[in-house]
Amino acid sequence: MYGRKVKLRFFFVLLILITLILSIYLILKSLEDNVVYFQSPSEIKVLAEIGKKKIRVGGMVKNNSILIEAKSIKFVITDFKNEINVTYSGAVPNLFTEGKGVVAEGFLKDKNFFLATKILAKHDENYMPPEVKAALEEK
Amino acid sequence: MFKFFEPNKIFLITSRAPKYVLILFIIILSIGLTEALILSPEDYKQSHSVRIMYVHVPAAWITLGIFSSITFLSIVGYIFKIKNFFLISKSLAPSGFVFSITALVTGSIWGKPTWGTWWAWDARITSMLILVLFYLIYLIVCRIYENDDKAFKISTIVTILGIINIPIIKYSVEWWNTLHQPASVNIFSNSSIHNSMLIPLLIMTAAFALFSALIFLMKYNTELIKIKNKGLDRL
Repeated sequence: MYGRKVKLRFFFVLLILITLILSIYLILKSLEDNVVYFQSPSEIKVLAEIGKKKIRVGGMVKNNSILIEAKSIKFVITDFKNEINVTYSGAVPNLFTEGKGVVAEGFLKDKNFFLATKILAKHDENYMPPEVKAALEEK
Repeated sequence: MFKFFEPNKIFLITSRAPKYVLILFIIILSIGLTEALILSPEDYKQSHSVRIMYVHVPAAWITLGIFSSITFLSIVGYIFKIKNFFLISKSLAPSGFVFSITALVTGSIWGKPTWGTWWAWDARITSMLILVLFYLIYLIVCRIYENDDKAFKISTIVTILGIINIPIIKYSVEWWNTLHQPASVNIFSNSSIHNSMLIPLLIMTAAFALFSALIFLMKYNTELIKIKNKGLDRL
């Protein structure tokens, strides 16, 4: 069979790996709030206090909620449980539409109103040609 | 036991194979590019910017695959003291490094028209950047230490540290909220990408894999020549 040295080296590598995995797991677990790129409206609802720091809220743009005014655009971000009203002035990405994912960066006024300074469109994992999309919608 | 790894016999293969791999690579790449850039349909939502995906995704897959292979070879090679595995890992690393940067850069180019930003510090993109850094550390370690034994030991430790990052890259989009979308191609469940787009993607992956094989063979050949020049007839 294998020599004693080989076994020792095997356990050495194994122990390093286990130790690393556990420590990285602990670090990521405790930093979870910072690892997430955005919070959902439901998570905003249960916030203990409204900070002055810039945050990101993400979810779907609610259908029929986009309201374009002279200097600003208003819409509602929903995660189908809770909603948040967003006001933003500036250019939106091309893929920003109703019923699609969005991430808004900015400041909370209160738990229902969000003043965005930047809008990012979130793309989903569906890739298909326009004809297939049209066929799916007909069904 | 390791007679198979005798450099002289391997050298016969590695000195001739690149030519054929290169020809095959050019053929597959031209088919892949024609499919990806001309024949495949545009996306219903992103329209033509979907074509960036045919470079981005294969590059990301290959770079993850290469780092995993390097780690596996380094660990097995370290435990059983197979020096040849170190030479293989060392020769695999450059193309993995190039593809990790390719994935980041094409992702950035795609992100601007789609998301509206070049860069976001979300979990997927940040962990990918960490992978680039690990490749860089690995390559530098291989260069710093003239003594191969020492380079082998330290680079093995680098790969063990870096391998923890691989599942984080893969699952970051499922574990946390990220700007990056979840995987569209799944082996065990239905893929959310239409077949007319999946096929060019797979052809491009094959082309990139061949490119990695080509660079690997050339690098490995150089390592074998170095051994020859030292006047050793085996490792």
